[in-house]
Amino acid sequence: MTDISRRESVLAFDDRMATVDFRISHTAHITVDSEVCRSCTTRACLVACPAKLFVTTNDGGILFNYEQCFECGTCYAVCNNEGAITWNYPEGGHGVVFRHG
Amino acid sequence: MPDFEVVVVGAGPAGSIAALSLARLGHSVCLLERGPFPGSKNVYGGVIYGRILDELIPHWWEHAPVQRWITRRGTMLLTDHQSLCIDYRSTAWAQAPYNGATAYRPDFDKWLADEAVKAGATLVSSTTATGLVRTNRGLVGGVKTDREGDLMANVVIACDGVNSFLAKEAGLYPNFSKDHLTLGVKEVLALPRQEIEARFGIRSGTNEGADLEIVGGTQGIAGGGFVYTNLDTISIGAVLSLGGLSASKVRPEEVIAGLKAHPSLAPLVDGAELKEYSAHLIPEGGFDAMPEVVGDGLLVAGDAAGLCLAAGLWLEGVNYAIGSGKCAADAVHEAIAKGNFSKAGLVSYKDRLEATFVLRNHRKTRKAAHLLLSDRLQNRYPQIACDLLEQLYTVEDPLPKRGALTIGRALWKGSGLRIRHALRDGRDALKIYG
Repeated sequence: MTDISRRESVLAFDDRMATVDFRISHTAHITVDSEVCRSCTTRACLVACPAKLFVTTNDGGILFNYEQCFECGTCYAVCNNEGAITWNYPEGGHGVVFRHG
Repeated sequence: MPDFEVVVVGAGPAGSIAALSLARLGHSVCLLERGPFPGSKNVYGGVIYGRILDELIPHWWEHAPVQRWITRRGTMLLTDHQSLCIDYRSTAWAQAPYNGATAYRPDFDKWLADEAVKAGATLVSSTTATGLVRTNRGLVGGVKTDREGDLMANVVIACDGVNSFLAKEAGLYPNFSKDHLTLGVKEVLALPRQEIEARFGIRSGTNEGADLEIVGGTQGIAGGGFVYTNLDTISIGAVLSLGGLSASKVRPEEVIAGLKAHPSLAPLVDGAELKEYSAHLIPEGGFDAMPEVVGDGLLVAGDAAGLCLAAGLWLEGVNYAIGSGKCAADAVHEAIAKGNFSKAGLVSYKDRLEATFVLRNHRKTRKAAHLLLSDRLQNRYPQIACDLLEQLYTVEDPLPKRGALTIGRALWKGSGLRIRHALRDGRDALKIYG
């Protein structure tokens, strides 16, 4: 990334996430029941997740990417549909590692 | 035979002080941390108030990894084009024992955990507590972990943060809800040290610092913002109610971008380079949203116990974590002496919290969350205050000046707000701050 792009007031989201250190686990610490998501009308996780990890799929389900997760818990706290999101902490020593938190 | 007398889950400020205190009282303590090092999972929004450390770690300010000592404290009200700031500065806060400090939590929490280790606690990092172990009498008697098997203890202290899976598993947190939570998102931006001092009006070449807390500017989502200085970075962020955020179309990082673009904040952060983006939940529900903090063989402290004070003028958390960690340690010490680790044996924890600033302040400010996140406090009153000053400061010769009361009355009428709501808000504010 160039200095100039970093200095822009609104960064490309990937560049933003590239400033965060992750020790990625091989196993996902979150699972999403896409069947439950299909009936969801709010889809609050799409807007609220600060790492923008949730995307809609072509068939109306929800796809989740666990690798760049802040482990904040916002997704399951805003999830309206009981049981759609199962969330745990990643295995010890893995996941986000803040330097300036 | 348990592995330790006490297992403390989470090496944040609550856990490290609980472990430090118990180790000094001669007990065997395991301090469990899921991150690769203490503090690696932690984020905060501004200032550590260290008075509670004075007795625990004498002259802590000579050793703690502090970025800057706060000598300038502001509360800003923002509308889309206006800002009104109560801006307090004091050189008294530039000297020991200081008032507040900024720090990077990975540095600060690691330092505090090292103090616990020096006192004799056993720190086990990179290990996640995956659940509670119950004894055959039904008490919590340890934790399951993903790397060390089961760790057995007489008592477990859950300092496992805002999401506290352990408190939930024990059934102590039935009212856990998004309505009591806010999402904090933050950017750490690099600028040369002298540039930061010039922009924030800090005496050049010192390690004095500024902390500005913001009401408004969060694009219709109830919450607030903050800007504070580190040595060679600025931290700027937003705190957003989860209810408001999930009903919004605006993403968290867009709210930060909006704050950074506000005419009163843009000059502070212009041209600074993003070093790290971060996010964390905050338990802002206050006294009435707290979980049960005592179970059979289990105590809950820090963020896990909902102990963040989000009361507008007062925004504190680390000190309550430390205070509750100390109370938990003292209660466990007493329970060990009595040999009673049931809820009845541990109940002095609640009394200790009640007797100290930890619960006294939370009780006093119990109406704060409701009041401060209301539309009136978030949007309407700041708008009236800004408009009042705008009209007072605007010179409209040849028209004669109108007095503050005349302007205020007209603004109030135009706002459509009801006197009885304002009176109720005033009464609540008096209870909190009076």
